[in-house]
Amino acid sequence: MIFASHTPFGRFARQFLESKIAVGAFLVVVLILIVAILAPFIAPQDPYNQATLSLLDARRAPGHVGSGGYSHWLGTDAQGRDLFSAILYGLRISLKMGLLAGAIGLAIGATLGILAAYIGGRVEAVIMRIVDLQLSFPPILLALVLVALLGQGETQLIAALIAAQYAYFARTAFGAASAERSKDYIEAANATPLSQVRIVFRHLLPNCMPPLIVVATVQVANSIALEATLSFLGLGLPVTEPSLGMLISNGFPYMMSGRYWISVYPGFALIILIVSINLVGDQVRDQLNPRLRR
Amino acid sequence: MSDAFLSLDTISKRFSPKITLGDRIALKLGASVDTRSVHAVEQVSLTVRKGETLGLVGESGCGKSTLGRIAAGILEPTEGNATLENKPLMEEGRKATLRVQTVFQDPFASLDPRMRIGDIIAEGPIVHGLTTKNEAPSYVKGWMERVGLDPSFVDRYPHQFSGGQRQRVAIARALAMQPDLLICDEPVASLDVSIQAQIINVFLKLREELKITCVFISHDLGVIRHVSNRVAVMYLGRIVEIGETETVYQNPKHPYTQALLDSVPKLVLEDDTLVEFTAISGEIPSPLDPPKGCSFNPRCDHVMERCLREVPGLIPVDGEQEAACFLNQKEETE
Repeated sequence: MIFASHTPFGRFARQFLESKIAVGAFLVVVLILIVAILAPFIAPQDPYNQATLSLLDARRAPGHVGSGGYSHWLGTDAQGRDLFSAILYGLRISLKMGLLAGAIGLAIGATLGILAAYIGGRVEAVIMRIVDLQLSFPPILLALVLVALLGQGETQLIAALIAAQYAYFARTAFGAASAERSKDYIEAANATPLSQVRIVFRHLLPNCMPPLIVVATVQVANSIALEATLSFLGLGLPVTEPSLGMLISNGFPYMMSGRYWISVYPGFALIILIVSINLVGDQVRDQLNPRLRR
Repeated sequence: MSDAFLSLDTISKRFSPKITLGDRIALKLGASVDTRSVHAVEQVSLTVRKGETLGLVGESGCGKSTLGRIAAGILEPTEGNATLENKPLMEEGRKATLRVQTVFQDPFASLDPRMRIGDIIAEGPIVHGLTTKNEAPSYVKGWMERVGLDPSFVDRYPHQFSGGQRQRVAIARALAMQPDLLICDEPVASLDVSIQAQIINVFLKLREELKITCVFISHDLGVIRHVSNRVAVMYLGRIVEIGETETVYQNPKHPYTQALLDSVPKLVLEDDTLVEFTAISGEIPSPLDPPKGCSFNPRCDHVMERCLREVPGLIPVDGEQEAACFLNQKEETE
């Protein structure tokens, strides 16, 4: 076997491999990641380079051989952009936003949640009431307000996504850390004694990771969906960087005129990405939740 | 006392319930909210001499673990001072000494499940400069051998071990800090009887080798008799009797100690007669609401009028032996 069964990761990996659906979804996610990273080398056309676009190729059906001399497998959009290339670049942007927002949200949220649980008292009260307040708003509303306040742009969008998501990480981290901090191994660390910083980062944090990883996979998918929603509403990235949401939005006016492919194919790409991430997340959750453990 | 190594001076520990904003509002509105505090340890004075093992015995809930945690420098007493050779065990809410180490009751909970046991044993010594990162592997292996663990297990995780092996890891972790005083908080209570014997033997062997002073907490009278030089019996947060182990076991002077020793189920006597054991009547009173006077008075067969009013202090009975019971005082004055 590739994975040694005695390390926690090895056991985790072995169990993961038992679920065919999860392995399939994981492979799809990896494939999309590779394709997204290598988009400039795979895509037949650079969709951002206006010079390569020709209006003669606009709104062509899938399979059309355009002026570039190659076939547009998924058709072209209103600017004559090859949709296959645009989707590859769109996946790249969507994944970048989702992963960045997820990672930074995890770092901020986990730190706040664990500090609240470990310190307790006033610190806990202040942090957790803010988090509770924020969780009572729908994330889309918060993101909309923030984008409206901060303005458009990549950094602003990531900031809005993080602000809309970190509370979930903070809640989860708080719950996990509250349970872990009262366990004997933390008391044993205090009895050695070890420094507070070491106890939090070497003992508390690693033991809070399983639920955080579960939330992280779900939140990456949510960030991608949220970003697509904002882009669809025209509040996402600038027009020069079309994410999947914007591609869907661009094709929307043509939906009823038979040119379905402009919206539908980017939509498929988005669905496949989000569903795959969620399937992986479900399996991770099943494995890490002790109550569901077989 | 000049021979005091660990000294606990009129220690009290109370745990007060957290009064939340909601509770405060409820109180204002006239609802009854329980704001009584738990008197876990009441006015305990105790000294442990260098090189001896003091057994601390009592029923669950009597405060022996709390007292152990205060002696270990993990909990700060509400009142009183805990010192090791005149140096305080805690400063500013943190443990201030490396010379006391603790072995906890549950080896399934006291080892970080995400660390390899080699790292668990080496962490403290590396942080506190008792060994270096480079020398840590041989240092850890030395301790593993001493507690009877195969040194090739260093890279394993706690879940791969049985309870007894884990408790050996916990003992190695505590001893690798090279303490002068070891607090053992029910170290065998969660183990099978056959494993208990092994762990106690490891403990006795290392105590001899390392000339270590110990406080051994247990509810098991047999275990305490086997390991300790002196024994202190606790009841509801107070020490009711203390003395040389054999003296206390053979001639207990406090009704509670007598009842506790009688309540140990013995199978047969030498002449093969089956012995019935007498259970102590009644429940241990709630430490939220201890009885007035002697805290043992609701369960005591010898209860006198005075016991309902006054709390008896420890009265010297016979040399080293002291018992907190007015019966002994009466005998002396007569």
